[in-house]
Amino acid sequence: MTPSSSIAAPGAVPGHEATDDHGHHPSYLTDGTTVKSWLLTVDHKRIGIMYMAWILLFFLVGGIFALLIRIELLTPGPTIMDAMTYNRVFTLHGIVMIFLFMIPAIPAIFGNFLLPLMLGAKDVAFPRLNLLSLYVYLAGAGFALWGMLNGGLDTGWTFYTPYSAHTTTTVAPVLFGAFIIGFSSILTGMNFIVTTHTMRAPGITWFKMPLMVWALYATSCIQVLATPVIGLLLLLVTAENLFSLGMFDVARGGDPVLFQHLFWFYSHPAVYIMVLPAFGVMSEIVSAFSRKNIFGYRAVAYSSVGIAFVGFFAWGHHMFVSGQSTFNAGVFGVLSMLVGVFTAIKVFNWVGTVYKGAVEFSTPFAYFCGFLFFTVFGGMTGIAVATVSLDVPWHDTYFVVAHFHFIMVGATIMAFLAALHYWFPKMFGKMYHEGWGLVSAALIILGFNATFIPQFLVGNAGMPRRYYEYPERFQALNVASTAGASLLAFGFIIIAVYLTYALIYGERVDNPWNSKGYEWLTLSPPPTHNFIGPQPTYPEEPHFYVDPKKAEGEVSDV
Amino acid sequence: MSSAHVTPGSVPGPKLAAHFASLEVQKHAARLGMWLFLATEILLFAGLFACYAAYRFLFPEAWAASSRSLDLTMGTINTVVLITSSFTAAMAVHYAKEGKNKMVGHMNVLTLLMAMGFLVIKFFEYKHKFHIGTLPGRYYFYEGIQLPGAPLYFTVYFASTALHALHVVIGMTVLAFATVRAYRVGDFSANNYTQVELGSMYWHLVDLVWIFLFPMLYLV
Ligand code: HEM
Ligand SMILES: [Cu+2]
Repeated sequence: MTPSSSIAAPGAVPGHEATDDHGHHPSYLTDGTTVKSWLLTVDHKRIGIMYMAWILLFFLVGGIFALLIRIELLTPGPTIMDAMTYNRVFTLHGIVMIFLFMIPAIPAIFGNFLLPLMLGAKDVAFPRLNLLSLYVYLAGAGFALWGMLNGGLDTGWTFYTPYSAHTTTTVAPVLFGAFIIGFSSILTGMNFIVTTHTMRAPGITWFKMPLMVWALYATSCIQVLATPVIGLLLLLVTAENLFSLGMFDVARGGDPVLFQHLFWFYSHPAVYIMVLPAFGVMSEIVSAFSRKNIFGYRAVAYSSVGIAFVGFFAWGHHMFVSGQSTFNAGVFGVLSMLVGVFTAIKVFNWVGTVYKGAVEFSTPFAYFCGFLFFTVFGGMTGIAVATVSLDVPWHDTYFVVAHFHFIMVGATIMAFLAALHYWFPKMFGKMYHEGWGLVSAALIILGFNATFIPQFLVGNAGMPRRYYEYPERFQALNVASTAGASLLAFGFIIIAVYLTYALIYGERVDNPWNSKGYEWLTLSPPPTHNFIGPQPTYPEEPHFYVDPKKAEGEVSDV
Repeated sequence: MSSAHVTPGSVPGPKLAAHFASLEVQKHAARLGMWLFLATEILLFAGLFACYAAYRFLFPEAWAASSRSLDLTMGTINTVVLITSSFTAAMAVHYAKEGKNKMVGHMNVLTLLMAMGFLVIKFFEYKHKFHIGTLPGRYYFYEGIQLPGAPLYFTVYFASTALHALHVVIGMTVLAFATVRAYRVGDFSANNYTQVELGSMYWHLVDLVWIFLFPMLYLV
């Protein structure tokens, strides 16, 4: 579809009949233009946009550190920095990417923007708390970044004790910053749960909620249930570092493995905080671009909840080599594989949706294809590393690095970019250039594979993670990986350019995809209180597409 | 929703925020939010309980001996004080529902006094420990119990009671706000008591956590 053919005539969108004038109702973007009207807003849409600005900035910071790592690893010996700097750089990269980008990215930006729209609500349940969680996030980020710039730390993003209790680098402010960010995560999660329970418009029952809402709901449950535990752990390690508490220090009778248990009790579910929203985005996109109702709606909804649930019982697979009993290792291995089963349910339903759909191959759909590949491939390597006998040699090698980048980063980034392109017209009422969208999608998917497939190989050959120097024989694969990373970076630069261009000069559009998602029932960009005039009614299920060519049989997939 | 806005001077009542469909829903949302928040608080302490359980399992004798060194009388008094304060906090909600704002204020003042009492007793317990040297981590110099794991017991003791005390202080702040509002503004009534109720819920949590901590630390 070319952008020009897709400008929806005002009034063509259901629910717009009464209010076919964009001009008379200021959108949320133009309703108040002072700096204060943004900084003190309680509008979930503006809060989402502000999150977007910050999160993209942190993504840039994390990305620059990623490139520094890759450049350093171009040669077996020292390349551009010394060993200590290298330790600090990969720690910074991990912390910024995980705590400041991946965890909040989709829920805080798109969840904030879309959840009320998808529920036909005027806002989230606690708008002021929502604003607070943004500033709490920024305060935490400020704390952490301040600590990183004033000394930095070399523990890796996992803060393993006893090392993190003894290292002379500045651990405490960063740990405390992460604790504060966790607070923000809890507040957002609470807000989303309460919103989903209490703010659904008449007509939206639980099983008429868009799948994105289900995914956000499941994510919020994990956030609320897991984050407090790591909050406590971060506090204890901070105290351990400052006062030598001895909780996790063998020298004082403590147990470092207990730290690992508590850490992974959060951090394993945390990886689902990152991918579940991605799954939600993909469910929306696959149905919008296949022009079909999602195949197996209930199975997709329940599997989100299922992943959230079993995600809590899989943490032990990070400790296969920490002296765990064989029995425990076996149990944790099997429980981990259950996650794979739930993910497979989703994958089959997405593929079932595409099957015989009227597929429209646009940028978001291109990212869906990339996403499917990363999820399936990364998920299968997950099953492989959850097999104890295989994980013992692979543990702490680049194989694990490649596994989690494929599934976690690959899938999340694909979904993030898909969401960005799919909802860009919703958020700004402007359209970007599809041709450039497809080019950059191709570059990014290619670059991603080129970066991490060599890492599977080099890890399998035995190269450990987090090492500054390596034997000659690993160099070719490392160079390949760095080349892939450059391609990836190039793709991101292109996106930044054409989206900025579209923001300013883009064509006015309303619903370029003719999407039937609930969020498109209002204007693009939406007015301040989301709907003008009477609240839209919701007679149909979400993702309700009827293909005129084969109308019969397609609509009753649920 | 303009019909819901309260004009100044009319009967005091809760304000309906523009984004809620009705007062019912708004109250439901506030309560659900509070329950979720309390759940996260319990989970925060659950992490400490897990540490406690692990180390108690590893060092049973040291933990029994260390636990006996605590002052059971002071701990018991504190438990009674907190449970009583939970009762007055509940009474505040009861009076708020009846619109007896003065009584709400009185009850909250009683609760705050008992909270203060709790902290004073805790202070004397801490002072004694500082004196004999059962401080956590690097500052531990107590010679009385020569068992591996004893210092860890006191680390867990200080971590959990300090975190609890922090919650007492936060709870006192929350209650103080409701108190001022009850005395000054006096607009709590049968359909506007959410603030008192949420404050009291928080206070019950503070009480509940202590009810777990007390047998864990003092009685074992
Ligand atoms: C669905 C999305 C998934 C994400 C986002 C994800 C993410 C991650 C991350 C971040 C790590 C590395 C943590 C670190 O040490 O820094 C990791 C390791 C691991 N993952 Fe996954 N994973 C996913 C799926 C799976 C599945 C389905 C399984 C098993 C069936 C699995 C099994 C493992 C195992 C066993 C490890 C530890 C390997 C080791 O350290 O030796 N993962 N994963
Ligand atoms: Cu895991």
